[in-house]
Amino acid sequence: MITVCRIEELPPGESLRITDGVPAPIAVFNADGTIYAVDDTCTHQDASLADGWLEGCFVECPLHTALFDLRTGMPTCAPAKTPVRTHQVSVENGHILLHISVGEPA
Amino acid sequence: MKHITVVGASLAGLSTVRSLRAEGYDGAVTVVGEERHAPYDRPPLSKEFLLGDVDAAALALGDADEDEALAADWVLGERAVGLDTADRSLTLASGRRLRTDGVVIATGASPRALPGAEHLTGIHTLRTLDDAQALRDALRGGFAPRVVVIGAGFIGAEVASTARRLGADVTVVEAAETPLERQLGREMAEIVASLHADNGVRLLRGTGVAGFTGDSAVTGVRLADGRLLPADVVVVGVGVRPTTDWLAGTGVRVDDGVVCDAGCATDVPGVVAVGDVARCPHPFTGRHARIEHWSNATDQARTAARTLLTGAPAVPPATAPYFWSDQYGVRIQMAGHVPAGAVPEIVEGDVEERSFVAVYRYGEAASPVAALALNRAKLFNRLRRTLAPATTTAVA
Ligand SMILES: Cc1cc2nc3c(=O)[nH]c(=O)nc-3n(C[C@H](O)[C@H](O)[C@H](O)COP(=O)(O)OP(=O)(O)OC[C@H]3O[C@@H](n4cnc5c(N)ncnc54)[C@H](O)[C@@H]3O)c2cc1C
Ligand code: FES
Repeated sequence: MITVCRIEELPPGESLRITDGVPAPIAVFNADGTIYAVDDTCTHQDASLADGWLEGCFVECPLHTALFDLRTGMPTCAPAKTPVRTHQVSVENGHILLHISVGEPA
Repeated sequence: MKHITVVGASLAGLSTVRSLRAEGYDGAVTVVGEERHAPYDRPPLSKEFLLGDVDAAALALGDADEDEALAADWVLGERAVGLDTADRSLTLASGRRLRTDGVVIATGASPRALPGAEHLTGIHTLRTLDDAQALRDALRGGFAPRVVVIGAGFIGAEVASTARRLGADVTVVEAAETPLERQLGREMAEIVASLHADNGVRLLRGTGVAGFTGDSAVTGVRLADGRLLPADVVVVGVGVRPTTDWLAGTGVRVDDGVVCDAGCATDVPGVVAVGDVARCPHPFTGRHARIEHWSNATDQARTAARTLLTGAPAVPPATAPYFWSDQYGVRIQMAGHVPAGAVPEIVEGDVEERSFVAVYRYGEAASPVAALALNRAKLFNRLRRTLAPATTTAVA
């Protein structure tokens, strides 16, 4: 488990890329008050989803606009075909905590 | 409509099949493709694939599950050579005839060649997987080759960058004083051009090519000013021509591409065109020009599918055209259209660090008409949504 930041450091509509203490970069989003975390690298080609456009609980890849559902990691349109791995997040004492999943994406 | 035939089995063709199915079309679909490969992604051909980071399998645009869902009949390794619009049939090079109700022209573009290259080995163009495989073999031959790239457009610049990463000695020869000036405007094009020198690649500007030297294998490039550049590998990246030769005499109007309305409809009912081959008026740029970019092929596919199924020209979304390019580890992203007189302003980052976002403003209202980013995807993706067509801002 790692501490991402204080909750006020990630306001709604914002995203962060975590690279320290994780096996592969993780993107953390505040989608209208709900915090989500997924693997940061798009499953299509080489782009960082933390740089993407957040729309509800979906993030649009900044390179070729594949859309991923942050709740499940599933892509909803081409060109991505495989899901991104999702990670558990919780908020405790005003801090966002990240619980990294291991193994294959669902 | 009971049977639709798509000619060209690449990004535009496959995307149109996807859109036809998404729109609820459940009739027969046949896709005819000249290449023997199932649809694959071209952008990595000058980037990760050429470098050797990914193999051909990673380039596939579709997969088995999707293939099954799309239920199309793929006729690969076959070229369409004729279209009879009166009796609605296509003729293939093998002589086979296909009857069809609707036709999607998605035959893309082919690289322009330079005279004098025909009889020499070692002179490459880059469009197909087979081209990329041949160039990759030539660049990774086990010694540091001398590479001359002719043309500093996006593909030329990407090949130069990848060849450099592979350890080659690279010279780029460009006819214009400032490469990519038309796309990026002079000031920003100069910054992008400086990536070559930053990375130890020579860029010769305002330089024409007179011919090649060598008996069977190329040994050098003769410049218009008489200089000779020794070369083991030459890559010609001087632009493309729309692949429309097969449409000669068919009644489909061709003039630098298949001439279409904004809904991708041609002059012939039931025949639409998409992707690099299609010349449609663009609602954002206001220009009636072909757009040779990946996103354009996917955007137009939706419009073309609707037009074909409804019989009335569909209205395309007026979103800013977008493309990207990866050069020397720098991701370049560009959206919108830069009219003459648009002024770029750096809104974030630092030009010296090759990491910045510029917004181009135009007209009295100084409206944002285009955005360019080097290694700054996040702000770029916010700004690209705020762009407005220069045509409407000019009037306002
Ligand atoms: C090396 C390279 C790098 C690129 N990088 C980028 C990039 O970074 N960013 C970007 O935005 N764009 C990039 N592009 C452009 C992008 O790939 C094209 O815009 C896109 O491929 C256009 O798709 P298309 O289906 O219209 O045409 P094409 O991909 O050209 O496909 C046309 C297909 O039709 C087939 N065909 C032609 N004639 C016939 C016939 N008579 N019968 C049957 N089949 C036929 C051809 O064999 C071909 O397979 C790049 C292109 C190349 C070549
Ligand atoms: S890299 Fe994300 S959609 Fe292509």
